[in-house]
Amino acid sequence: MTQPAPRLHAVADASPVAPDAPPARSPARAFIGFDEVTVTYGRGESATTALAPTTLAIEKGDFVALVGPSGCGKSTLLKLVAELLKPTSGNIFVAGREVGAEPIRIGMAYQNATLLPWLNIRDNVMLPLKIVPPFRARYRSARKGEFRDRVDALLEQVGLAGFAEKYPWQLSGGMMQRANLSRALIHEPNLLLLDEPFGALDQFTREELWGVMQDLWMATKTTVLLVTHDLRESAFLANRICVMSARPGRIIEDRHVPFAHPRSIDQTYDADFVGLTQHLRSLIMEARAETGSGIVVPQHAPEGA
Amino acid sequence: MSIAATLRRRAASISLIVGIFLFWEAACVIFNISDLVLPRPSQVFETLVRFAPGIWPHAYQTLYTTLVGFSLGVCIGLSLGVLIGSSRLAFDTAYPLLVGISSIPKVAVVPIFVLWFGAGTVPAILTAMIICIFPIVVNVATGIATVEPELEDVMKTLKASRTEILWNVGLPRAMPYFFASLKVSVTLAFVGSVVAETVASNRGVGNMMMIASSSFNVPLVFAGLMVLAFLGVSLYVLFSLIERRVAGWSMRKNDIAAG
Ligand SMILES: Nc1ncnc2c1ncn2[C@@H]1O[C@H](COP(=O)(O)OP(=O)(O)O)[C@@H](O)[C@H]1O
Ligand SMILES: [Mg+2]
Repeated sequence: MTQPAPRLHAVADASPVAPDAPPARSPARAFIGFDEVTVTYGRGESATTALAPTTLAIEKGDFVALVGPSGCGKSTLLKLVAELLKPTSGNIFVAGREVGAEPIRIGMAYQNATLLPWLNIRDNVMLPLKIVPPFRARYRSARKGEFRDRVDALLEQVGLAGFAEKYPWQLSGGMMQRANLSRALIHEPNLLLLDEPFGALDQFTREELWGVMQDLWMATKTTVLLVTHDLRESAFLANRICVMSARPGRIIEDRHVPFAHPRSIDQTYDADFVGLTQHLRSLIMEARAETGSGIVVPQHAPEGA
Repeated sequence: MSIAATLRRRAASISLIVGIFLFWEAACVIFNISDLVLPRPSQVFETLVRFAPGIWPHAYQTLYTTLVGFSLGVCIGLSLGVLIGSSRLAFDTAYPLLVGISSIPKVAVVPIFVLWFGAGTVPAILTAMIICIFPIVVNVATGIATVEPELEDVMKTLKASRTEILWNVGLPRAMPYFFASLKVSVTLAFVGSVVAETVASNRGVGNMMMIASSSFNVPLVFAGLMVLAFLGVSLYVLFSLIERRVAGWSMRKNDIAAG
């Protein structure tokens, strides 16, 4: 799994991930910053506050996992970063500026792979190159051979060598997610947003894809924000885990993951790794119990509630 | 699907058609039904051949008005469908109106067209057009409006413009819906032009059938019916073939599953 990966991204920064505490920076200066951001869906009677005032700073090159009980506002937070949603109050800063000021290149992948059924895998992955600025000009001037090689190289990296000509319906769920990841990365994003991308896969395929994801991240050093409900996944991939409370979501714990990359699946059964995931689990159980959503676990009764 | 199975299915449907004609012929002979009520198929075919030179200009006229009306209908239907499908506001605003228009029996507008444009080709074209717009609009709008929200998010984060989303995702996605509606619409366009010809024209198969029936040339009326059936089926088949070529990706999965 640790073959010398071809350099993919201009943003690559060779510095190793130092296992020390995240620097406390003001949101306005961070790569992605949230300053007292809230989101309320709807108005009046039916208003739902999805995000309680949230302050968060994500540094360039971070791999941040966002975990929390379902419906707590994880996807909402991701959509804010992607500018698909405007905050009800507060400010969001991306690349040190307020959203909207400077273009940032984002790649996005959801649990639902949404590959286009009328295109083969290569053309599916190539889609962003048709749209995103530095590439689109060259795409129009018909230098597609170059892009073809580029797509094929990336497909090989995610383990889809030889599948370029296949159509989405000929692929298994795991393969579709590999293609989905490729589509999210082909345009060299400096920010990758993943919303439970491996959520619908079986355990073994999922672990395989963790390996793929880890290799990609180590090769590109793209900043990643991953929403997941799988705590092992978060601890395996991320170097920082943010735990959210039940709705209205806020970040109740921001934890650094000390294990050096690359990590192996075996490591996820080590005592300190298991200790971390169990700690996360208890936090989420408490959060769930607080609002009475889901199963209340008696041994983690909320304190002072 | 295997070739043998396809052939078997073809053979079955052909023998059904032949069987119906034989049954019809036999029934006419056995029950001694008058030509004035129901002519035998053999008589109909004979009339078809004998009057062919006279029928041809009418068939041509009907085909012409149908295709012109259909083409106009496709252009308008496609544009409206795209417009309505790509904007929530347009969808909400225009949909009730479209449903209202669609619920008017299109035959009822023929007199209005005649009033405006006089009897002849124009009302037939317009009726064909009006009648085939609605299925196209609804289908195209549905195809575009039902793009997965996740895919739309992915496109938006790539900073794709609305046109780019429409061009790369919405339109290709709407193609199977569009072609499915074309098959329906082309048959409806026929209904439209024939009805208009029947009411107000001096040319076309509809008009020919009117004249034939008023002179009690019943075999010729049925011959007209045959011509219409033939034209309708031909156009349906044509558009099915085009559909298969252009939007084949949406059928491939079924083929595999069935085979
Ligand atoms: N478009 C919307 N309109 C109204 N409520 C919404 C909308 N999107 C999400 N919500 C609500 O906001 C809360 C958080 O949603 P979401 O961010 O999707 O949660 P998560 O991804 O953590 O499961 C949920 O209670 C959900 O019902
Ligand atoms: Mg979610």
